[in-house]
Amino acid sequence: MEDLSLYILDIVQNSINASASLIEIHVQEDIENNKLILSIIDNGKGMAPQTVGKATDPFYTTRTTRKVGLGLSLLDAAAKASGGGVTVSSELGAGTGVRAEFEYNNIDRPPLGKIDDTITVLVACNPSIDFIYTHTTPKGSFTFDTREVRQKIGDLPIDYPDVINWIGGYIREGLNVICGGGSV
Amino acid sequence: MKSLSELEEIRKRTLESVNLRKDRSGTRVVVGMGTCGIAAGARPVLLSFIEEIKKRNLQDVTVTQTGCIGVCRYEPMVEIYRPGEEKVTYVKMTPEKVKRVVAEHIVNGRSVTEFTIGAVEK
Repeated sequence: MEDLSLYILDIVQNSINASASLIEIHVQEDIENNKLILSIIDNGKGMAPQTVGKATDPFYTTRTTRKVGLGLSLLDAAAKASGGGVTVSSELGAGTGVRAEFEYNNIDRPPLGKIDDTITVLVACNPSIDFIYTHTTPKGSFTFDTREVRQKIGDLPIDYPDVINWIGGYIREGLNVICGGGSV
Repeated sequence: MKSLSELEEIRKRTLESVNLRKDRSGTRVVVGMGTCGIAAGARPVLLSFIEEIKKRNLQDVTVTQTGCIGVCRYEPMVEIYRPGEEKVTYVKMTPEKVKRVVAEHIVNGRSVTEFTIGAVEK
């Protein structure tokens, strides 16, 4: 994986497979404390306590087609390589939260990358799921919520090409304001 | 600055000009988005499909995702389902290849044989 936005896209696939109907993606640039924090929280089916402990183990997977599961283990490796780590919390029947912490200025921290593309792809491919994306920097915060979009478009599907195109532009503009045009 | 109220304009404009399909019986584009697909470049491929479909104003095509298709070395992979036809699997896709697949396969109905899994496995 080249950048963190691709890790996010990958981790959210777990939430989709867990039948989540609402998925939150939070990016926090806490530069004062030299931290970049990603959290992905879903209301999917959750995991039993004994499964949670094994979630970042690459040789643990619930899938039956293959014996490895790389998504969370790759994120965990990337976080550890940049002075952070991943914590997974989950409750059966209630949902799962994944929190990845990175040292903001660590030379091994992957860049955030095109998070706007990640959100756009997720919304376009999963029109029945609601997504909340928040991004906080010292300059302010930005929130995107598909539930607000749905209120405005009424019976127009959220994956309609013009709507998807608008969503990409909206997120890019919002991020420009709080990131000051620089890349994270 | 974009605001949510622009969505109301998009809604109005669209509902006036096009008959939205409700049945979704047209062409289906499925992009593999397992860890392998994402790492190999599935995201730009998927966005390229969305962009081409919007550019050509194709009303009857849906783009969706699936998990790992099972042959990770050929990622990014794309499956195209057209009603009444056999599924076509494209391998090692790029945004450039997407343009040809949309023009030749989705619009004109002829699959791009050289990009298919059958062509690379020979």
